[in-house]
Amino acid sequence: MDEIRGLVVTEEGLVEQDLMRDTLTKEMWVNMGPQHPSTHGVLRVVLALEGERIVDTEIYIGYLHRGFEKFAESKTYPQFLPITDRLDYISAHAMNYGYVLAVEKLMGIEVPLRAKYIRTLMAELTRISSHLLWLATHALDIGAMTVFLYCFREREMILDLFEMVCGARLTTSYFRIGGVANDLPDGFIEKCREFCNIFPQKAKDYDDLILKNRIWLARTINVANISGEEGLNLGLSGPSIRGSGVKWDIRVSEPYGVYDKVEWEMAVEDGCDVYARYLVRLKEMRESCKICQQCLDFLEKDDSGEFRAKVPKVIKPPEGEAYACVEAPKGELGFYIVSDGSTKPYRLKIRAPSFANLMSLPKMVEGALVADVIAAIGSIDVVLGEVDR
Amino acid sequence: MLALVVITIVKLLVLFAFTMTCVAYGTLAERKVCGHIQDRIGPCYCGPRGLLQPLADGLKLFFKEDITPSEVDKPVFILAPVLAVAPPLLAIGVIPFGESITLFGHKIPLVVADVNVAVLYLFAVASFSVYSIVLGGWASNSKYPLLGGLRSAAQMISYELVLGLSIMGVIMLAGSFSLTDIVHAQKHWWFVLTQPLGFLIYIVAATAELNRLPFDLPEAESELVGGYHTEYSSMKFAMFFLGEYANMVVASAVGACLFLGGWNPPFAFLSFIPGIIWFLIKLFFIFFTLLWIRWSWPRLRYDQLMTFSWKYLLPLSLLNIVATAGVMLWMHRI
Amino acid sequence: MEGVYWPLVFVFLLAVGFGGMAVIMSSLLGPKKPDPIKLSPYECGVDPVGDARKPFHIHYYVIALLFLIFDIEVIFTYPWAVRFKDLGVFGFVEMGVFIAIFLAIFVYVLGKGAFEWE
Repeated sequence: MDEIRGLVVTEEGLVEQDLMRDTLTKEMWVNMGPQHPSTHGVLRVVLALEGERIVDTEIYIGYLHRGFEKFAESKTYPQFLPITDRLDYISAHAMNYGYVLAVEKLMGIEVPLRAKYIRTLMAELTRISSHLLWLATHALDIGAMTVFLYCFREREMILDLFEMVCGARLTTSYFRIGGVANDLPDGFIEKCREFCNIFPQKAKDYDDLILKNRIWLARTINVANISGEEGLNLGLSGPSIRGSGVKWDIRVSEPYGVYDKVEWEMAVEDGCDVYARYLVRLKEMRESCKICQQCLDFLEKDDSGEFRAKVPKVIKPPEGEAYACVEAPKGELGFYIVSDGSTKPYRLKIRAPSFANLMSLPKMVEGALVADVIAAIGSIDVVLGEVDR
Repeated sequence: MLALVVITIVKLLVLFAFTMTCVAYGTLAERKVCGHIQDRIGPCYCGPRGLLQPLADGLKLFFKEDITPSEVDKPVFILAPVLAVAPPLLAIGVIPFGESITLFGHKIPLVVADVNVAVLYLFAVASFSVYSIVLGGWASNSKYPLLGGLRSAAQMISYELVLGLSIMGVIMLAGSFSLTDIVHAQKHWWFVLTQPLGFLIYIVAATAELNRLPFDLPEAESELVGGYHTEYSSMKFAMFFLGEYANMVVASAVGACLFLGGWNPPFAFLSFIPGIIWFLIKLFFIFFTLLWIRWSWPRLRYDQLMTFSWKYLLPLSLLNIVATAGVMLWMHRI
Repeated sequence: MEGVYWPLVFVFLLAVGFGGMAVIMSSLLGPKKPDPIKLSPYECGVDPVGDARKPFHIHYYVIALLFLIFDIEVIFTYPWAVRFKDLGVFGFVEMGVFIAIFLAIFVYVLGKGAFEWE
């Protein structure tokens, strides 16, 4: 609109100003978070709204910053392991995995096959539990509250399994440099098998609830689109990028553990939207379940009992540097360690998937509605512990 | 005359007590139904099977700190929750719960005010509900409530239109605005059979008017934190919910009257069961359906909700009217 | 049947009385421990940016106007609906014309994109 200048009575007397200034609909700035039910923790997103439409997005992070990277420099290598649990606190095994792989690479330790199988099994169970939590909260954000408790029911079974192997349910710290803390307890394999057998049926329950629901489709299809190329440029990884048709999975491109020994399929969808990312994760849960079954097959037959390699009492890697990455439930988790030959890392850098994934949020919600932001945050599955570190 | 006044006041008080009990146990029913749908048992500690839960909730809310934020528009801020509970209580006065009972030689119709324009009155009163939400959102002087209030104003007026059109068929068939007459007209054929589309549209529009999932955008917790009642606390907060559940009771009762034959039994040989029982069964059936929908479906997005109302429901309900008129005319001729 | 309106006075008194009483009760019964942070508007735990009462989007007004137009038409159909049985074919044709106008407005508004959220 054109400017119309005129005299206006203000506190300072008569002032000439633009008369249309206050009549224009200006955007409204709204804080979403840090105390908000669906920013999944203490994420703060500042939105500029025009009506319901978003014209600008800014992400503020750091509310959960605990200085892990600096912290690592004052801890010995084994001492830092429990701290990695607190990165993505709902998939602790995967976090441990990335860290121990990096240290093992630095020291050149060869892990026994049994330990690899156990690790893979744990990593995949973690993936299922993390995706279950994601599905639960994502559906809750979109308003399908019932899915939440169904997912938690199965997640509880996985947490029970974790409790069996290491006594902890969330921050497990089960992995050790060179293997795992202890061998699988008696009865674990049967219980785990039971879970893997019933899980496909339970996964069908979730599908029945929302997979073909018209409202669910309307809320997720063509929402928060991001093309594969844009995603790659922004550092998107994991299920989020596979939902944009990019065939990229660390388990395939740089196999670790026993991923090259078991049969499974990479889940890829071309939709580029929230629905595609939802489908990818659903399929991943089922594939993870298959991997678990195969790991259990091996562990049942294997009686070597070698769950940890021989490692020196004092972990003292040679001078040098190493980067190791794993496919964490959220995406590529990398640990870059620089060693100066002492018992503590000289520098440790964590490539947290959630942090990188979060950066594509503004791109996804360009011109979207408020409700789409919620769907988008849910679909990239951020965990703030990992973003802020 | 005095006897009539006394009877009316007694009826009103009984009805009020009934509505409040319905509202209180509606909240419990909501939590129980939701619990069972979600594979858990719901509240179970207060009293046997959690039956005293509503009482405990109510007491707790009364003794909570009543926070009035510093930047609110105080009179309006206080007015909004009062306006939230008033419309359903006003509406309940014209709903016939049964035909009439004879007590101490008096024939007492089971309705407080048998108004001959009950339907118009109901819609006039129901449209007041939007004020509480808009005023609550505006008076709070905070962004989430304001967004919630705006959304809600647009949503509620859109669906009010559809709601008004959805019952037109019923009025045409009954030829009256009086709920009692409408119930009488359904002696043989319930209007749900002759007006199935009207009934469906009524349920959808009522769900939207009640701000319940899948149309609960004004308060959409996951987007707007609490929506219009974000700044409210203590009993003021509870009153919005009292209003919501009382509105549910009213919407169910009106639905039962307009479409499910009111106090008429489904078959003539079942008429030994008193009409009021039939009425309550129908009321709770619709009430349960509303709960059922809420816990099964995700939430629509704002634009989808508006589009749904204007582009689909509005033409559909117009079609329903024309079709009803055509069929009535045709039946009349032959 | 004659309409009976006077009981509505009592209904009104009860409705407003109950609401008013609940508000007064809660403000009397609850504890009072205000502090500036508690009394500030809620915006997800950080200091609010800007004022909440800004001019809002024009589309809400459009919806309000549309509501006015259509609601009046709905009100017009009510008396017709009640008397439909007596009006017969004449009423049907007349209402057909009315609804045709209604639909014409609807199509016009639809074409103008008033229902699009852009």
